[in-house]
Amino acid sequence: MVDSIRVENVTKTFTRRYQRTLKQITVAKTRGQKTLDEFNAIDDVSFTIEQGESIGLMGLNGSGKSTLLKMINGVMRPDTGSILTRGTISGLIATGAGFHPQLSGRDNLVLNAAILGMSEKETKRKFDAIVDFAGLEDKLDGQVGHYSSGESARLGFAIAIHVDSDIFLADEVLAVGDKPFRAKCMERMLEIRDSGRTLFYVSHSAATVRRMCTRVLILDKGRLVFDGKPAKGITYLGYDEDETENPIDLDENDIGADI
Amino acid sequence: MTDLAADPVSQAPVDEADLPPLVAPSSRTGLKAVVQRRYLLKLLVRREISARYQGSVLGLMWSYINPLSQFCIYFFVMGVIFNLHKSIPNFAIHIFSAIVIVHFFTETMGAGTRSIVRNRQIVQKMAMPREMFPVATMLTSLYHVGPQLVILVVACGLSGWVPDAYGMASLVVGIAIIMLLGTGFALLLSAANVFFRDVGSAVNIFMNLIRFGVPMIYSYEMVQTRFGSFAQYYLYNPIADAVLLFQRAFWVGTVDPSNPQQPVMPEHLLGWGVSMVGVSIVVLGIGQVIFSRLEGKIPERL
Repeated sequence: MVDSIRVENVTKTFTRRYQRTLKQITVAKTRGQKTLDEFNAIDDVSFTIEQGESIGLMGLNGSGKSTLLKMINGVMRPDTGSILTRGTISGLIATGAGFHPQLSGRDNLVLNAAILGMSEKETKRKFDAIVDFAGLEDKLDGQVGHYSSGESARLGFAIAIHVDSDIFLADEVLAVGDKPFRAKCMERMLEIRDSGRTLFYVSHSAATVRRMCTRVLILDKGRLVFDGKPAKGITYLGYDEDETENPIDLDENDIGADI
Repeated sequence: MTDLAADPVSQAPVDEADLPPLVAPSSRTGLKAVVQRRYLLKLLVRREISARYQGSVLGLMWSYINPLSQFCIYFFVMGVIFNLHKSIPNFAIHIFSAIVIVHFFTETMGAGTRSIVRNRQIVQKMAMPREMFPVATMLTSLYHVGPQLVILVVACGLSGWVPDAYGMASLVVGIAIIMLLGTGFALLLSAANVFFRDVGSAVNIFMNLIRFGVPMIYSYEMVQTRFGSFAQYYLYNPIADAVLLFQRAFWVGTVDPSNPQQPVMPEHLLGWGVSMVGVSIVVLGIGQVIFSRLEGKIPERL
């Protein structure tokens, strides 16, 4: 097999600034207060992912999952270390970001698809499939500003999921959308996994990770603390105990059964 | 993204040589990438054109009201009160040809400075060459220059305009200077504006300076009379050159040869213009270098 994503000693430092104006900074400095604070959102992380693997990235809120995903996607650059990827990247990250509320669903669809890297031909070819997947045929010429939040999320999802790529990134996919739509997404994700593309999936749901992924990475305060089989990873996080008690996770199991 | 990826499934017999190489995912940026993704650029320009005046009653008219109001103010104050009508022939066309160029530049710089911050939703979350936004702003402003040019040509036609080849060459060079220079400044300032929002306010002051640093409400002849041989330093301002080139294209051709007051233009104007295109390319290059340096920190600072 060949490498699809290679992450080597990556560190990303964020700076928190408490004051912005010159006056505030001067006051804080004379009082001996801190004016800025640095912390590593990602701290010396290394791993290699082979083509066709499906990875579950887990960890508590604020552990650096989204930052890592943004760096793999190319939105952010690592401060030190290197990230290399092979082929094109797409995914369900920030779906619907940049929708213009005053433009129609159709215009937003075309623009969003272009931002995600689709060519004019590709968009034309897939247009109907996207609209069909989103289930918004009758509202397509209305302003996106008049859509419900679920509807605009669905449109965003539908576009992102139709972009061809070698690497597919997904961030908390099942957090929005109604149940039938989530089932449809799940089905599509399994299709992507089985087509031999590299899948990189961020989730808190132990059930979906177990179902989708062949390997689990766990981040804790920006450090990679676990890399191995999904079952062990879920035990490591202690998520398996919740599974039987938590009604939300039971719901996720239901989705699994539906498909 | 391209047809390369159209069918990842068919890569069954894996041979590393057949696959795309391992690259940094954030490497596909820069003005070159903007040119490569023309389709996206076209859509962004179209979105900006249709979204800029969404919800306003007058819509696109606002793009003409602003320069028109400036025209009326300058024409009345300078022409009528200061009585410049008498010393500058066809004063209205002198002003208006300058306003078209100055407005193009200030629009590009003003909207360009805000372009990254305004599109923060996309910039923070999606991977694309961010130079796309300043460039799209410049092209949107250029789009608005079109109808103003039509007005200008009609006005010139009514004043007995005789177009000439040198003038048309000046027109092209003048527009090129502003396109390159405007994009350069927009790149630089849009990135700087992310770190210090003060930049947006400072730009407004700078734009006031520009209006008085070009031969719009006064003529180049006055500069020459006042400063004598120092007048050539005035020509080191590329925006002033662009304005002069535009006046060479339109205003000069409207003055009747029998008129005792003949328009005064600098010597070798086109030569100056072409060197300023060179200067503008350097500014654009500097803008790109600084933009690339700052870009890495943009998403987290927005």
